[in-house]
Amino acid sequence: MPKNLQILAGVGRVVELEVKGQVTQRSVLDALEASHPALLGTLRDAQTKRRRPMIRFFACEEDLSDESVDAPLPGEVATGKEPLLIIGAIAGG
Amino acid sequence: MSRVRVLVGTRKGAFVLSSDASRKTWQVDGPHFAGWEIYHLKGSPVNPDRIYASQSSSWFGQVLQRSDDGGQTWAAVGNQFVYEGEPGTHKWYDGSPHPWEFKRVWHLEPSLNDPDMIYAGVEDAALFASGDGGTTWNELPGLRTHKTAPEWAPGAGGMCLHTMLIDPSEPDRMYVAISSAGTFRTDDAGKTWRPINNGLKSNYIPDPDAYVGHCVHRIAMHPSRPNTLFMQKHWDVMRTDDGGENWREISGNLPTDFGFVVDINANEPDTVYVVPITSDSHHFVPDGKLRVYRSRTGGDDWEALTKGLPQENCYVNVLRDAMTVDTLDPSGIYFGTSGGQVYASADGGDSWNPIVRDLPAVLSVEVQTLK
Repeated sequence: MPKNLQILAGVGRVVELEVKGQVTQRSVLDALEASHPALLGTLRDAQTKRRRPMIRFFACEEDLSDESVDAPLPGEVATGKEPLLIIGAIAGG
Repeated sequence: MSRVRVLVGTRKGAFVLSSDASRKTWQVDGPHFAGWEIYHLKGSPVNPDRIYASQSSSWFGQVLQRSDDGGQTWAAVGNQFVYEGEPGTHKWYDGSPHPWEFKRVWHLEPSLNDPDMIYAGVEDAALFASGDGGTTWNELPGLRTHKTAPEWAPGAGGMCLHTMLIDPSEPDRMYVAISSAGTFRTDDAGKTWRPINNGLKSNYIPDPDAYVGHCVHRIAMHPSRPNTLFMQKHWDVMRTDDGGENWREISGNLPTDFGFVVDINANEPDTVYVVPITSDSHHFVPDGKLRVYRSRTGGDDWEALTKGLPQENCYVNVLRDAMTVDTLDPSGIYFGTSGGQVYASADGGDSWNPIVRDLPAVLSVEVQTLK
């Protein structure tokens, strides 16, 4: 996760999550926000659940940001072998 | 012994500056929320150790923080600002209708008598309130649904509700200022609002004395005389003595009447301070000189205050929430600049010293006078 959000949530670079059911962007973010409520609204809009424009999701060397939030994430992510990377876009000064 | 705590919001974090009543030596604490834009911090007048902070970022949106120990430790509270009902539209820069969208909290105004009660002025312009210390927020929709609201349009900085004043003698009466809709007053604790812009003249809008549409930059009230308000408008410094029913210009001999801040000496309700800025196309002080102007007559006659302020090669701005006064005697005056300096005067403006010189660009300055 971006450094600013690590500090906000009081976590390190890696957050391990137990996800019930299918592992998707939506279920991962639901689990992340439930375990770390300070992140509510910072990665996706709290009402519409739309990804914030300058947040990206990468995994297994693929940019999954514009995939359906309900599409299954790669098996390596679901089994914890590979991370889902939450990236703050490189922009601004 | 009394002491003061200055709360500074910057483009890249918050800082807490502390001193005793002499206001000569300062302890600097921060940055808090490093890397985030801190539009405003303000403490509860009832419980000064309770401080609220608006933390935002283009990447990560809005976060609200609260401290209950005078700014030493902080915890995120509620950040859900949802317009009530169907938000509707306001005018966009090109005149087209644009949906109301929450962007950030510009201004926090704690209640005068309840530390759990706080108001938030937001962009796109609306007023929210929390009765539980910032955990949950509800809109006071009477303002945003005013019949003129579809005609409101953003200024260059966005369509923000940036200033709120609560009448200490009549708590149901409150004032807000919105860029660029103008000034509004409620007499029923925020249920209904009406524009109070009579007397404002703005040559940059099609109808210079329009009912709404004026770019008000800041309004200020002295608690002992709540019907008198001072205003720094986009251009013009203004004054009302009847709670905003009528305004008159008091720019007098100012070198330019463009600017952002206006504030009032805590012990002298007719002593007013502004920082003239060259123009809306040159957002820096005139002639390379940083000068605060003081009127001891409630306007019209102004004197330049320069002692201790740079008088050459200075090209900073002072933004609307970046001036404040303490309640010691003599009153301390503080302001922060786009260059990252925070200046303090412990003698009502006669002389100035920098508390810090190299912070990120300053967005807001508030002071707490502590017993």
